[in-house]
Amino acid sequence: MKHNFLDFEQPIAELEAKIDELRLVGNDGEINISDEIKRLEQKSRDLTKSIFANLNPWKITQLARHPMRPFTLDYIQRIFTDFDELKGDRHMMDDKAIVGGIARLDGQPVMIIGHQKGRKTKEKVVRNFGMPQPEGYRKALRMMQLAERFKLPIITFIDTPGAYPGIEAEERNQSEAIARNLYEMSNLRTPIICLVIGEGGSGGALALGVGDKVMMLQYSIYSVISPEGCASILWKSAEKASEAAQALGLYAQNLYKLKLIDQVIEEPLGGAHRDNDEMASRIKQALLDNLTQLQSMSLDELLAAREKRLLSYGDAA
Amino acid sequence: MSWFSKLIPSVRTTTNGSSKKVPEGVWTKCPQCDGVLYRPELERNQEVCPKCNHHFRIGARDRLKALLDGEKFVEIGADIEPVDILKFKDTKKYKDRLSTAQKNTGEKDALVVLRGDMRGIPVVACAFEYRFIGGSMGRVVGTKFVKAAQAALEHRQPLICFSASGGARMQEALISLFQMAKTSAVLNKLHRGGLPFISVLTDPTMGGVSASLAMLGDVIIAEPKALIGFAGPRVIEQTVRQVLPEGFQRSEFLLENGAIDMIIDRRDMADKLAHLLAKLTRAPLPLSNKGVVSSQEQDSAGS
Repeated sequence: MKHNFLDFEQPIAELEAKIDELRLVGNDGEINISDEIKRLEQKSRDLTKSIFANLNPWKITQLARHPMRPFTLDYIQRIFTDFDELKGDRHMMDDKAIVGGIARLDGQPVMIIGHQKGRKTKEKVVRNFGMPQPEGYRKALRMMQLAERFKLPIITFIDTPGAYPGIEAEERNQSEAIARNLYEMSNLRTPIICLVIGEGGSGGALALGVGDKVMMLQYSIYSVISPEGCASILWKSAEKASEAAQALGLYAQNLYKLKLIDQVIEEPLGGAHRDNDEMASRIKQALLDNLTQLQSMSLDELLAAREKRLLSYGDAA
Repeated sequence: MSWFSKLIPSVRTTTNGSSKKVPEGVWTKCPQCDGVLYRPELERNQEVCPKCNHHFRIGARDRLKALLDGEKFVEIGADIEPVDILKFKDTKKYKDRLSTAQKNTGEKDALVVLRGDMRGIPVVACAFEYRFIGGSMGRVVGTKFVKAAQAALEHRQPLICFSASGGARMQEALISLFQMAKTSAVLNKLHRGGLPFISVLTDPTMGGVSASLAMLGDVIIAEPKALIGFAGPRVIEQTVRQVLPEGFQRSEFLLENGAIDMIIDRRDMADKLAHLLAKLTRAPLPLSNKGVVSSQEQDSAGS
């Protein structure tokens, strides 16, 4: 199967299976199969369109966590050139749940930092399911300060279920690591563009999410707590995750309406994972547009605008 | 406010949980030493058990009044009211949770900010009201904290914050998450203005409050045995499938791990804060305490 379909995509999956079968039969008979394939393909597109036109927040949550959804490194490879990965927090370890480094965006040097999830089991473990330890955030901060010193704009990709809730993470002060990033990013003297590409899970996401522009992909989510966590606290049952997702309004379009984010980047039909290249090129365009705008401001103007925006968060909604 | 409605919040402070069986109002049972405590005495002792030094949770306003000298203080942001922007509803409507919390606490939201003198040193002091939806931080808390820092900047006074919070307020969804960025940003501004921020962590300081303003103090103090951390103990237990070590995420654990500077008994807090701030801001020596009981139950002004 090409795509790994979610439950609500089953009708599309069945149709696609039929198309694959027909392709196997090929053109050996008298009937013209290619016409039939074309007809079914059109039908599949229409069906996808109609299913995706009415996605509730819980379905969007599933898409945001889709195993085939492109991760940070998939985008880095497609959007940037000359990427040099930088590693380690210089004190303790290299947290592989966060990746980053220097690359070029259309020729211009930039600093990229993002959460990184894994696709296969082994990779998932190496990446700790995209849940950083404090050292991940400290590594990110080190790279941000490097960017500031050499006047590189910072681009962050956000995709995490949250900061890692573990014993050692608490011993090494997860709270402080997150707080420190929020504090420093609020006044970092270089443009910062943040993009939620999948899961924007709570403080662990926000620790890479303070900037001059905050954007989200159409089927990404951003929330103070996971729908499951919210459901188990407020409804006393994780089964109510779908209701919680609805109540939290964690999807891009809604957050845009609430003026909490600046831009929603539309995804290809069926989601980013159906066409990684197309998704990457749309992101690249959005990054270039925003960067041009931010770089037309003086640094003092930029920081004044950032401060104004941060200090009034929630007042515009 | 009538004398009666003033009384209600402080009564409720200690009549939750295991102490419910003790007749309300006059006696309170200490959950740590099981001692039965006479309420007026406990109040005089700033809600610290005179027998075993257990620190009960204390209401925001009571705490600040015990901290500041006399009645000469100005409240900041008293008129800011919460709004249910998202029309959030779980098993209850957020709107109803808000009005219940307001009725029970007499506060509009979970943060109280006062500007006044502490042992003669002018300060801006904030305290979280834990009984207001778990001291959770939503838009009003974030906005009031910003106003507190701005007042500190305007009057060139240090900022103090006593946190007691379960974290960000879920019912305000992403708006509440973003209050973490907001409060951290204003602290950066305060620091650029050359003013100190002392963060006092009290039981409990968790999640989004811990991972923003609370961990950004120039000096970080905790009350004894307060629960402090990012993730809740239950969430950690479920994730790592291990029994958590004894004393995990308590003040003493944080001190051992280098996360905080010191642990201070509530009854000594004003003196300690005043002496710290006097050094940091080169202010004249603080006045001695105003006759409240100290942890040694004797004069501690010289400590």
